[in-house]
Amino acid sequence: MTYIAKPQLHHPSLPSNAIGLTRRDYEGRISTLCAGCGHDSISAAIVTACFELDLQPHRLAKLSGIGCSSKTPDYFLGQSHGFNAVHGRMPSVLTGANLANRDLVFLGVSGDGDTASIGIGQFVHSVRRGVNMCYIVENNGVYGLTKGQFSATSDKGSKSKRGAENTESGIDLVALALQLGATYVGRSFSGDKEQLVPLIKGALTHGGAAVLDVISPCVAFNNHAGSTKSFDYVREHNDAVNRLDVILGRTPIKTDYAPGEVRDVTQHDGSVLRLKKIAADYVATDRNAAAAYIQEHQAKGEIVTGLLYIDPEASDLHDRLGTTRVPLNALGTEDLTPGAQALARINAGLR
Amino acid sequence: MPDQNLTQPHMAQIVATNDFVVKFANVNGSGSASANGLFAKAVIRMGVPVGARNIFPSNIQGLPTWYEVRVNGEGHVGRRGGVDLAVALNPQTWDDDLAGLVPGGYLFYDSTKPMPPSKFRDDITVIGVPLTAICNTAYKIPRERQLFKNIAYVGALSHLIGIDPDIVETLLAEEFASKAKLIDANVRAFHLGRDWAKQNLEPIGLQLKHADGVGNRIFVDGNRAAALGAVYGGATVCAWYPITPSTSIAEGFMEYCEEFRTDPDGSKRYAIIQAEDEIASIGIVNGAAWNGARAFTCTSGPGISLMNEFIGLSYYAEIPAVIFDVQRGGPSTGMPTRTQQADLLLAAYASHGDTKHVLLIPGDPGECFTMGALAFDLADRLQTTVFVMLDLDIGMQEWLVEPFVWDDNRQLDRGKVITAEDLEAGKPFGRYRDVDGDGVPFRTYPGTHPTKGAYFTRGSSHNSMAVYSERGADYTEGMQRLLKKFATAAELVPPPVIQPAARPTRIGVLYFGSTAPAMHEALVTLERRGRHLDALRVRGFPFSQEVFEFIAAHDEIFVAEQNRDAQMRSLLMIEGNIDASKLTSIRHYDGTPVTARFLIDAISEKMNANAPEKETLK
Ligand SMILES: Cc1ncc(C[n+]2csc(CCOP(=O)(O)OP(=O)(O)O)c2C)c(N)n1
Ligand code: SF4
Ligand SMILES: [Mg+2]
Repeated sequence: MTYIAKPQLHHPSLPSNAIGLTRRDYEGRISTLCAGCGHDSISAAIVTACFELDLQPHRLAKLSGIGCSSKTPDYFLGQSHGFNAVHGRMPSVLTGANLANRDLVFLGVSGDGDTASIGIGQFVHSVRRGVNMCYIVENNGVYGLTKGQFSATSDKGSKSKRGAENTESGIDLVALALQLGATYVGRSFSGDKEQLVPLIKGALTHGGAAVLDVISPCVAFNNHAGSTKSFDYVREHNDAVNRLDVILGRTPIKTDYAPGEVRDVTQHDGSVLRLKKIAADYVATDRNAAAAYIQEHQAKGEIVTGLLYIDPEASDLHDRLGTTRVPLNALGTEDLTPGAQALARINAGLR
Repeated sequence: MPDQNLTQPHMAQIVATNDFVVKFANVNGSGSASANGLFAKAVIRMGVPVGARNIFPSNIQGLPTWYEVRVNGEGHVGRRGGVDLAVALNPQTWDDDLAGLVPGGYLFYDSTKPMPPSKFRDDITVIGVPLTAICNTAYKIPRERQLFKNIAYVGALSHLIGIDPDIVETLLAEEFASKAKLIDANVRAFHLGRDWAKQNLEPIGLQLKHADGVGNRIFVDGNRAAALGAVYGGATVCAWYPITPSTSIAEGFMEYCEEFRTDPDGSKRYAIIQAEDEIASIGIVNGAAWNGARAFTCTSGPGISLMNEFIGLSYYAEIPAVIFDVQRGGPSTGMPTRTQQADLLLAAYASHGDTKHVLLIPGDPGECFTMGALAFDLADRLQTTVFVMLDLDIGMQEWLVEPFVWDDNRQLDRGKVITAEDLEAGKPFGRYRDVDGDGVPFRTYPGTHPTKGAYFTRGSSHNSMAVYSERGADYTEGMQRLLKKFATAAELVPPPVIQPAARPTRIGVLYFGSTAPAMHEALVTLERRGRHLDALRVRGFPFSQEVFEFIAAHDEIFVAEQNRDAQMRSLLMIEGNIDASKLTSIRHYDGTPVTARFLIDAISEKMNANAPEKETLK
């Protein structure tokens, strides 16, 4: 038996989506983050993305590690099961959850400390395994929750609020994800809702490992001159490569984009990503070109944002393992236990 | 032929039928393992019980290995202690192998290059068989010469101690059923050795006779049994990182799943991930179990050390997990290929903060199967981590045990799970509420219902509705409920096995795990000597009430264990508030499995010291 979401009673003027839910049905608890924290904007973008995708909230599982960023799953999608794991270990928990029920949508939320420092190993391995997930790093270049230490994505030469200079080179998670074989790689900025929402929608409907590095200024410890993850710095150095809309197979395909500006990418599950190219010659389906492009711009101090790479033929961990279509958590005694007769045969082979 | 082929008639030789210890000394990687296994199986097929132990180094090739076979018609298959027949095929360990022989024992060696008599002891019998010479004459290819030398010594031994050659031929035919050529080649090598021995040597005092002591028992190692238990227990997700001595659990699970969990179209009703480390392994297990699959990992002490943070999360956020810990010699990398029971405290109290965990402690591979399956029911029922505490001796050695049994009416017990139907029918749900008074709350699987039943799982403090809370009262309420749940666990773990002495006694012995067979033999011998002890084998933690009742009913309890720090004794003292003076510790922890003789000596010595001999002997 399947259960369809019943919309809660809301103000009648609130617009509802194709499954009759309003944006409010996708919200969570009141945030406890600092006012103005970039992470809250990302939560809002996640809410909008899920609302616009007509996702059944309970069919999404949201997982995170530890940090201000990792607290946010409590602040959106209140009807989804959530899991706040231990610091840096969201990827393994998400991998296990995904193995147990491949029919759910998996959203992983992490911070730059959580992912690029303590959790870099799990990040690397979950991506190279091709776990079907939308992995969002809310990247503020700092440890917010422990009050302002440098993280591994802090750029060399950037200054902490106390004025200390970072002497270690920064890890570029987008470049790393590309190298690891992620099949959907994007970067955005928490303040750029128009770019971020479609990127999240594309990642949630992508059929493999999708990684989004979202620069998300920490107003308490990193939003000051000298920080390369501050609002002002990012706005000034942002070089957006493309725009995209996600159109699921069941809704009519919009055609309000002039030919030449538009590129449709059909994903493995049949959903179509529409890329609106901003950089005239950017092709998002070339992994090597993407890597080169990022580096070129990085050398100029520019942050490339947008959908940097997508493999429309993406496969995932289940494809590689050959697991049954039936979610493993739905298999019962008869499917799993070979029975007494089989055991008698095993016994006979051990004499 | 060299003189020392002849037995030396002037001294006493051990004479025994169906009761002796043979120890093979080999070089790792020389292909001796299958020949030694053939030897043990042949004895079993003759109806004589065997306990066989591979003693191997952390090395792939070149270092010494031993294979010790305990032959005992009465069914004692633990280590006895001492060696009656040494098959000394490794010059590196010659001195030790010679020293290990009991007076009157036999030394079998490759006499192609005869050893000078000064290299022997004069209270043993030396048997030289020129194995290399025989095989170099018969075979041209160096690899064949080496490999068949192993089968040839089994052939020579078959004459010396009376192994039925037909049984060996049958075993070889079974082993190479799909490769007929190999059967003939192996049979030929077996007879090469056998014929040479027949022509040149007399049978020795150690003899095998057909008997009826094996019945329908099976010969299996605990890791394979545990893997099979995981299959029968309904595990679908296995995440692991290779480590001796646990690796063969994952490998066994893979093999059995390929056989029993593959659909006709090739799709798999299981998923196995070789993770990047043990932290990821246990993370995957927690994620899968949170999402309603049965999941496990298998590891050894170093892996448990790494998993600590997640084990605490599982405890506090109440997520099922099954961990097979095949214990090896610690601390640190320690003795990776030797056995110990030294992870007991680590597992029982793993992770920071106030935590306690459920342990199942199998006493043989048969229990690795039953407890392997049970662990998944208990993990779901109790929503916490359940450890199955094997050790190398149980996990990697083949033991003779009763056949596995399974009741086809048994259903997987998924514990307290609220379904969409329950929610739709209005059943109230609060993730951490103690509805039934047993401390075990209800849970929902993700994706169950659109508007009811979702909750947020976290390792931070939470109230009974799974909402973040730093209120002291919420925290202590949760921690108290976890204690209540732990008390419930004490009723669900397998109760101890109690074996009363032949006569009433105020003295007891408490033991567990792989100490079992040596202890059983020790108790028989002690009883013959007039030492009566009630015996209790612990099988689970938290301790069942029976354990404390047993301790209360005795004046002194010997606690036998295979670690330095008397960890079981500490656990008993902590959890049962037991007076230290009541628990006398007996410890064996050099990495080799404890022997019956060690236990007999240790218990006798303590009993003599504590109570004048005349009193206990009357
Ligand atoms: C094992 C462990 N070590 C350290 C911590 C302390 N800690 C909590 S959050 C955090 C850093 C979080 O940084 P980031 O992931 O960037 O999140 P942000 O707060 O910046 O969003 C640290 C070090 C912890 N919770 N667990
Ligand atoms: S400390 Fe920084 S990251 Fe944390 S909530 Fe405040 S602004 Fe956000
Ligand atoms: Mg951060």
